[in-house]
Amino acid sequence: MYDFEYAKAKSVSDAAARLKATDGAKLLAGGMTLLPTIKLRLAKPSALVDLGRLGDLKGITVAGGIVTIKAMTRHADVLRSADVAKAIPALVTLAGGIGDVQVRHRGTIGGSVANNDPAADYPAGCLGLGATIVTSKRELAADDFFQALFTTALQPDEIITEIKFPVPERAAYIKFKNPASRYAIVGAFVSKGPKGVRVAITGAGDNGVFRIAAMEQALTKSFTAKAIEGIKVDPGNMLGDIHASSEYRAHLVTVMAKRAVVACG
Amino acid sequence: MATVTLTINGEKVTREVENRRLLVQLLREDLRMTGTHVGCDTTQCGCCTVLFNGDAVKSCTVLAQQADGADVVTIEGIGTAEKLHPVQQAFHEKHGLQCGFCTPGMVMNSVDLLQKNPSPSEQDVRHWLEGNLCRCTGYHNIVEAVLHAADTMKAKA
Ligand SMILES: Cc1cc2nc3c(=O)[nH]c(=O)nc-3n(C[C@H](O)[C@H](O)[C@H](O)COP(=O)(O)OP(=O)(O)OC[C@H]3O[C@@H](n4cnc5c(N)ncnc54)[C@H](O)[C@@H]3O)c2cc1C
Ligand code: FES
Ligand code: FES
Repeated sequence: MYDFEYAKAKSVSDAAARLKATDGAKLLAGGMTLLPTIKLRLAKPSALVDLGRLGDLKGITVAGGIVTIKAMTRHADVLRSADVAKAIPALVTLAGGIGDVQVRHRGTIGGSVANNDPAADYPAGCLGLGATIVTSKRELAADDFFQALFTTALQPDEIITEIKFPVPERAAYIKFKNPASRYAIVGAFVSKGPKGVRVAITGAGDNGVFRIAAMEQALTKSFTAKAIEGIKVDPGNMLGDIHASSEYRAHLVTVMAKRAVVACG
Repeated sequence: MATVTLTINGEKVTREVENRRLLVQLLREDLRMTGTHVGCDTTQCGCCTVLFNGDAVKSCTVLAQQADGADVVTIEGIGTAEKLHPVQQAFHEKHGLQCGFCTPGMVMNSVDLLQKNPSPSEQDVRHWLEGNLCRCTGYHNIVEAVLHAADTMKAKA
């Protein structure tokens, strides 16, 4: 592990100023992605700006049909939140399926969304519910935020402060896990609510998380698993690796989406 | 370099550390508390599990500086050879270990489980220990040990 400068941010604006002032500086949230990456020398930030002390970046509120989760809220806090369980139980299922207990005790929603790992769970939750990503500069619709593998609309000195999820009538998240890493091989988030019917898939797309318009249209007409059983994605646009070929992932997309529709109840 | 002060097993400790110092290195190399093990470099094995402000975390993936001001409990802090913690006693009685390399992490994560859920089901135990890998036991006796510890701790309470 190469050495780096380290600073505890005193506020969001202090963190943004430090990012701007230092070339190659990176934010540190839970460290569950960034620190393993630095340890393996896959990343070499010149400085880490630690958001860990910012209490006002932690917490969950539910008001006016919106669940707001602040960026430094840990996966374990979402999992244990009675408010989220009441408003959007699918998010509790999602948070509880991330990694393992120890990872959930450190990893945060902000870090997960900023990282946009193609196999991560929260990007599917954000896109599948039509969430709004609030940053130190602006508000972005999830549809505009996630751009490609590990790539988002975030600028180098832009910080996610919170994520707003509209409360759906029903929603479910089903993931087919890699048994070793527990990341999604394919995960499907399906919801019906103020943003219409949305189907978001993680783990599979060669460009990261994506929606399936054909399934959304079919489900708008008839919200049943049968309505989408004939809708397939093109294996040519799927990831393929030793864990699952692109053909297998394409097959799983329809299977997981159908299961998610059934789980919506 | 920076100075960090944290509470480890109830005692205040202050040390100079490099920015890149990991909590597990502070424990093992600076403080010579070698009960906490390192079994991987990918944050997957759980051998390095300690309690961090009351929650089980992987100390190989926490910077010493992130632990500044934290309350940390390690395997050295829960029992002694003469007076084992009930979870340690249960691992002993139920043969919950073979080589013992994974055991400190298994024990610490189980201590966290039982403080949050004193009556776990077998499924709860298996789910909670997902982030702790064991190459020897096949997990069966580890799960037995944790369920047994839950019973003995409730009987004593
Ligand atoms: C063993 C293991 C298993 C895992 N399994 C899963 C899984 O099944 N599913 C899953 O989804 N994830 C999984 N993860 C990843 C985990 O969820 C991470 O917690 C998460 O991806 C990153 O969150 P973090 O808070 O740890 O961020 P960090 O690692 O601290 O940061 C990640 C990136 O985001 C940036 N960043 C952090 N916060 C912000 C912010 N507020 N604004 C802008 N940029 C920011 C950082 O600069 C960095 O580039 C796993 C991790 C491990 C180690
Ligand atoms: S040493 Fe393997 S998870 Fe920490
Ligand atoms: S007892 Fe050997 S690794 Fe678990």
